Amino acid sequence: MTLNRRDFLKISGAGAAITLTGCATTSSASGPRAHVVVVGAGFGGATCAKYLRTWGPNVDVTLIEPNDTFISCPISNWVIGGLRNMNDITHRYDKLSKHGIKMVKDSVVAIDPGKRTVTTRGGSTIGYDRLVLAPGIDVMTDSIKGYQDAEAAGKVVHAWKAGPQTAQLRQQLEAMPDGGTFVMSVPATPYRCPPGPYERICMVAHYFKQAKPKSKIIVLDSNADIVSKKPLFTDAWNTFYPGMIEYRGSNAPVSVDGGKMIVTTDLDDVKADVMNVVPRQRAGSLTALAGARNDSGGNWCTVNLATFESTTVPNVHVIGDSVLSGLPKSGHMATNQAKVCAAAIVELLAGRQPDAMPVIANTCYSATSGNTSGYVANVWRYDAAKGYVNQPESGATPKGDAANFVFNESWAKNIWADVLS
Amino acid sequence: MPRIITPLALAGFVGLALSGLAGAADIHTKSISSTCMSCHGPGGKSLGAIPSLTGLDKAYFVKAMKDFKSGARPSTIMKRHASGYTDAEFEAMGAYFAGLKK
Repeated sequence: MTLNRRDFLKISGAGAAITLTGCATTSSASGPRAHVVVVGAGFGGATCAKYLRTWGPNVDVTLIEPNDTFISCPISNWVIGGLRNMNDITHRYDKLSKHGIKMVKDSVVAIDPGKRTVTTRGGSTIGYDRLVLAPGIDVMTDSIKGYQDAEAAGKVVHAWKAGPQTAQLRQQLEAMPDGGTFVMSVPATPYRCPPGPYERICMVAHYFKQAKPKSKIIVLDSNADIVSKKPLFTDAWNTFYPGMIEYRGSNAPVSVDGGKMIVTTDLDDVKADVMNVVPRQRAGSLTALAGARNDSGGNWCTVNLATFESTTVPNVHVIGDSVLSGLPKSGHMATNQAKVCAAAIVELLAGRQPDAMPVIANTCYSATSGNTSGYVANVWRYDAAKGYVNQPESGATPKGDAANFVFNESWAKNIWADVLS
Repeated sequence: MPRIITPLALAGFVGLALSGLAGAADIHTKSISSTCMSCHGPGGKSLGAIPSLTGLDKAYFVKAMKDFKSGARPSTIMKRHASGYTDAEFEAMGAYFAGLKK
C-alpha cells in the first residue's frame, strides 16, 4: 500500500479538482484520513474492502483473513457432483492489492469496541475508526449428539463451508458402492444458502445417475417442506432422477452414530453409506467477541439495515450471513450488503448522511443437472419503516434449462472477479 | 425517486477520465450501479455469456431497461431486476456505465 500512496494521492488530487467543477458529492482526498478494518475476506468482507477503497479516497483499509485462498461456496456443489474440481472454486487474493488494501494474514482473537481496537492471534493490536465483521456462519456441530466424534472420525461431514470437507464428500461419494445410500440432512432455517441443500441433492443425483444408478438418496429436512425454489427442484427430481430421491420433511436430526453410520431423528433411524448432515448455524463467533451477536436468542446480529452498523455496538458493522434481516443468506447477498455498507461508511466518515434509499439485488442460480440451471432473482429497496421490501416482480423459475446453466457459469466468473479484482 | 443529477453528461466524461475511481456520480448511483456488477463483472466488464455494460450507449441502456421492465424485450432474469429500479435510476446508471472505459 505504501508503495502506491504517492501516486494514488496524485490521482485522487485530480478527483478533488473535478469536485470543484460541480460534482459536489465527490469526496476530497485532501481531508483527514480514516482507517477501516475489515475482518474476513469471503464474499462480503473482500467486496466491502474493495468498494471502501474504490469509493473512499480518504479511507485506508486493512483486511484481516487467516486463509491463503478464497474458496467459493457457490459452485462447490458442482465439485461434489463432479462437474468441477477444487481448483475451479479456489481463488487467490493477490489482485485485491491493486486497490491499496492492506491484507493481514491472521485471525482476530479480541475486539475492544471502547478503545476501537482488534487484537490478532499473531499479537498485533490494530486500531480502527470503523470495523466491519464478515465472518460468515458458525456451524453448530455441538447441537447434534455424536456429531463431533463422527466428524473427527471422518464419518460425517457438513461441507457447508467450502474447503476440505467439500473434497472429502466428493471422495466419499466416489468410494461408495453402487446401490449405496446417501443421506443428507437439511438444517432448520435460517441457514446459509436456502436452495443449497436441494441443489446438492441434484448434483449428487446427477453423479449417481451416471456412475451408480442403483443408489438412493434420502433427504431428511428439519423444515416442514423444501424451503427454496420448490417447483424448480421438484420438477428436476421427478424429471431427471425418478425414483432415486426420497424426501422426508419435518425430520430433524437428533444424533449421529459414526460407527454404525446411522442418523437418528425424532421419527426415524436412517442407515447411510455416506452421511452429509448439515447442523444448525449462527453468526460467526467473531461477532460475539464484539458483543454484536445480540438478537434475543444470542445467535444472530441485529443491525441498522441502511448502514449495517450494529444496533448495540457503535462503529462496528456486520455484513453477510451473520446478519438477522429476513434477507436470504448467500454469497451474492453478502456482496450487495457489503456495497451498501461500504457506501454508508464512506459517507459517515466524510461527515455526510448515508444513502437513505439503498438497494440490494440478488441473483441466485442453482444447477439441476450437468447442463441445466434455474434461478431466483430479487430486488429489495430499503424503507426506513419496513426494512428491505422485496419488489413485486422478484421470483424464481419453475423449471431449469440450458440457457440458465450458461448464465450460471458466467455469473460465477463475474462475481468472483467483482469480489477479488 | 427524486435523485436526478443535473450534470449527468459531465459524469460520463469524468468517468472516462478517472476510469474506475468513479469520482463524479453520487453515492446512490455508484451503489445501485454496483449491484449490476455482481453478475455483469467489475466495472461492468463481463466474462462469459452475460453481456458487458461498460461503455454502453446511455440511450441504449435506458431503453433496454425500460423494455425489460415492460416485457417488450424478452429476458430470463432481467424483467425481475429492471422492475426493482426507477426510470430516474435507469438514466443515472446509463450515464454511469456509458462513462466507464471499455
